[in-house]
Amino acid sequence: MIRLEKRPQPSRLWTVVTPLIAVVLTMVVGGIMFALLGKPPLEAIRTIFWDPLFHPQFAGYSRPQLLVKAGPLILIAIGLSIGFKAGIWNIGAEGQYIMGAVTGAAVGLAFYPSESVLLFPLMVVAGALGGWAWAMIPAVLKTRFGTNEILVSLMLVYVAENILASASASWLRSPEGMGFPGSRNFKQWPAVHNDELIANTGLHWGVVAALIAVIAAYVLMARHIQGYNIRLTGEAPRAARFSGVSPARIVFLCLGISGALAGAAGLFEVTGPAGQITIDFNSGYGFTAIIVAFLGRLNPVGILLAGLLMALTYIGGELAQLMLGLPGASIQLFQGMLLFFLLATDVFTNYRIRFAKGELA
Amino acid sequence: MDTLLSIRGLTKAYPGVVANDDVSFDIGKGEIHALLGENGAGKSTLVKMIFGLVKPDAGEMVLDGAAYAPGKPSDARRSGVAMVFQHFSLFEALDVAENVALGMENPPKPRDLARQIREVSETYGLPLDPTRTVGTLSAGERQRVEIIRCLLQNPRLLIMDEPTSVLTPQEVDILFQTLNKLRAEGTSILYISHKLEEIRALCDEATILRLGKNVGTCTPREVTARQMAELMVGSSFNTPEARAGEKGAVLLRTDKLSLPAPGAFGTPLREVSLEVRAGEVLGIGGVAGNGQDELLMALSGERLAPAGTIFFKGQDVSRLGPVGRRDAGLLSGPEERLGHAAAPNMSLTENAVLTGARREGLVQGGFIDWGKSKAFAEKVIERFDVRTPGPGTAARALSGGNLQKFVVGREILQNPEVFVVNQPTWGVDAAAAAAIRQALLDLAAKGAAIVVISQDLDELMEISDRFAALNEGRLSPARAVAELDIEKIGLMMGGAHDMEVAHVDG
Repeated sequence: MIRLEKRPQPSRLWTVVTPLIAVVLTMVVGGIMFALLGKPPLEAIRTIFWDPLFHPQFAGYSRPQLLVKAGPLILIAIGLSIGFKAGIWNIGAEGQYIMGAVTGAAVGLAFYPSESVLLFPLMVVAGALGGWAWAMIPAVLKTRFGTNEILVSLMLVYVAENILASASASWLRSPEGMGFPGSRNFKQWPAVHNDELIANTGLHWGVVAALIAVIAAYVLMARHIQGYNIRLTGEAPRAARFSGVSPARIVFLCLGISGALAGAAGLFEVTGPAGQITIDFNSGYGFTAIIVAFLGRLNPVGILLAGLLMALTYIGGELAQLMLGLPGASIQLFQGMLLFFLLATDVFTNYRIRFAKGELA
Repeated sequence: MDTLLSIRGLTKAYPGVVANDDVSFDIGKGEIHALLGENGAGKSTLVKMIFGLVKPDAGEMVLDGAAYAPGKPSDARRSGVAMVFQHFSLFEALDVAENVALGMENPPKPRDLARQIREVSETYGLPLDPTRTVGTLSAGERQRVEIIRCLLQNPRLLIMDEPTSVLTPQEVDILFQTLNKLRAEGTSILYISHKLEEIRALCDEATILRLGKNVGTCTPREVTARQMAELMVGSSFNTPEARAGEKGAVLLRTDKLSLPAPGAFGTPLREVSLEVRAGEVLGIGGVAGNGQDELLMALSGERLAPAGTIFFKGQDVSRLGPVGRRDAGLLSGPEERLGHAAAPNMSLTENAVLTGARREGLVQGGFIDWGKSKAFAEKVIERFDVRTPGPGTAARALSGGNLQKFVVGREILQNPEVFVVNQPTWGVDAAAAAAIRQALLDLAAKGAAIVVISQDLDELMEISDRFAALNEGRLSPARAVAELDIEKIGLMMGGAHDMEVAHVDG
């Protein structure tokens, strides 16, 4: 009989090794799936993981996309990971991302066509505040009325999507857009365009912000007393209360940080790669970031790597659809497998397998 | 009277503690047999062995003339042994009949079962509608579901683990009628409780356990509650000598401190008034679940008390949280080591920060000084002889006794002016327990006021200057330990409150 035995301490080795094993298992099982679909498995894997970076023909286009896609994923995932550490499950980053973009864009457009250098920083702050405010709704409801933040934050995503639709169709619609939905294009407004800082790298201010967030989150969680309180709340809520940590404060802090970072990510996206507020502006970064946060073991450096890996499977997946005619759903399945295997192998961090004769304890 | 179950020399040891040591007694047919003892006396382990949940290390049982060694609860049930647990295992969303069916080996058809439930409930005077959803039932009604589930199997021996702890007085009357009826039909009942008056009213025989040993059998009707309390507490008890020396100023005082119960299974605090002076140890005894945890949380600041109820050196600290009280010099140590006093998955260094952050200056400008924290953890480990590979070890990797030394030492080394601790030596081996007690006495000698909440009476008598007992959230007036004798303690503890009420009513 196979038995799981709890380790006295979480294994350091397995903490690092499980994501790698998960990636390898995903490749193996994904390869089998591609083979069953009648596609060459090795080529499909190579197209997803290798070609976006090194293909002689496509890499020039797809390489910058890596940072463009990874930037918002990492920025949002860092914020989420802080809450997840405390056991506060903000599932609505997508909504906070939308509200950050809408708020920031609205503040910017109010000053159109100002050329002030202060305008873009102001918009970033407004975007972060927009996301923060949206995250405060589940925080207030949770602390005052004991509602479940998972449900509230998730449902607010759909509210945010409707606000986005109304913004792009009416109150933020470009007066020069001939009646088509969609705001003014920030790419045509140099003072606030979040352009690439170095050409053909995909590096924009959002990516810089993501890197700063990685470092800041690392320092917060490893060295600062608030980071300690957040971890303590997640590990042992009663011990946290005994220590003197106010549970409500942790809820506000965690939802606030994750909302603000998601909102900022939305602002960087709308002024940069997306360019304008449109009905379908949001593309699921807020949800994918949840996977990134777990893939990165809720560790800032892990999230940095996981964000890059996830971005790679996105770009590579698109490439595989294009070049091999793989169905889009199979790519999503492939990404889902990654999370599945990660969670499955995660067991070995805290448990080890014992092969023993069946005996009742 | 014929013997139904004969228990001979049952022994069960867990690492560090012998839960049952050579326990023998007989349960007669149609007899209500009480199993009596303080918490930790080994009652649960014993019934778990009878019900097949735990295998004895030594000893044997004979059921109705045949050897009886159940390997699992279903073996026990097949032999006619049924058990009603203290905490119910029912599904709230399902109805009564469905819950009963889930606990049976071969449940009959739903309609037959509903009919059987009605029959049994009428026969034994346990009103219960099989179609009601369990979520809508009171605690007493839920217990009836469990009892009926057992009765449907026609048990020869019914084990009941503290059945009245969740019942209203009216429900207790109904239950006793049912049990008397079962006895009249020849069913034997093993009745676990520490409510003495209850046992006197109901039981034919009583076996008293103390520290895992059978310390005596008596016929409850023929002895007084006090005599039983003495057996329970132990005649080995010696009144300690009066402690010399004047005590200092009052450091901690509570004034009619009342707090509602924190949850469904909690106990409210009812007008708790106490005071402790510098250099004094106040021992608070009582049976578990009578407000010990709640009192500690109110004193530590985890649950804020109404203004004007808790005073530290004359200052009202009722509305201060744990951080404010710690800053002032009021420190505490909760009973539950893992999850309350310490975070299981965090290292000892991290756990040192848990309460030492400010008094030990481990945090500067919001940032944790890990070097200093590690040094503090190492100091606790060294001074309190905590056996561990090092301060990087996760708290859950430590044995109970070692972790206890760590969490108590962590507070003592912070030089508290008032230290409140719940069960400081629970589950700790004798040597470690002695060390912890000595550390508490040393702290008091240095002029700190100490409140020790414990269920170990010997411990309280050994280290306390004055003694009070908690009963259903009420604290008895404290008395100098030197004036106490076994009878007075028996009165103050478990049975005392019940007897006083009976007296007033009578």
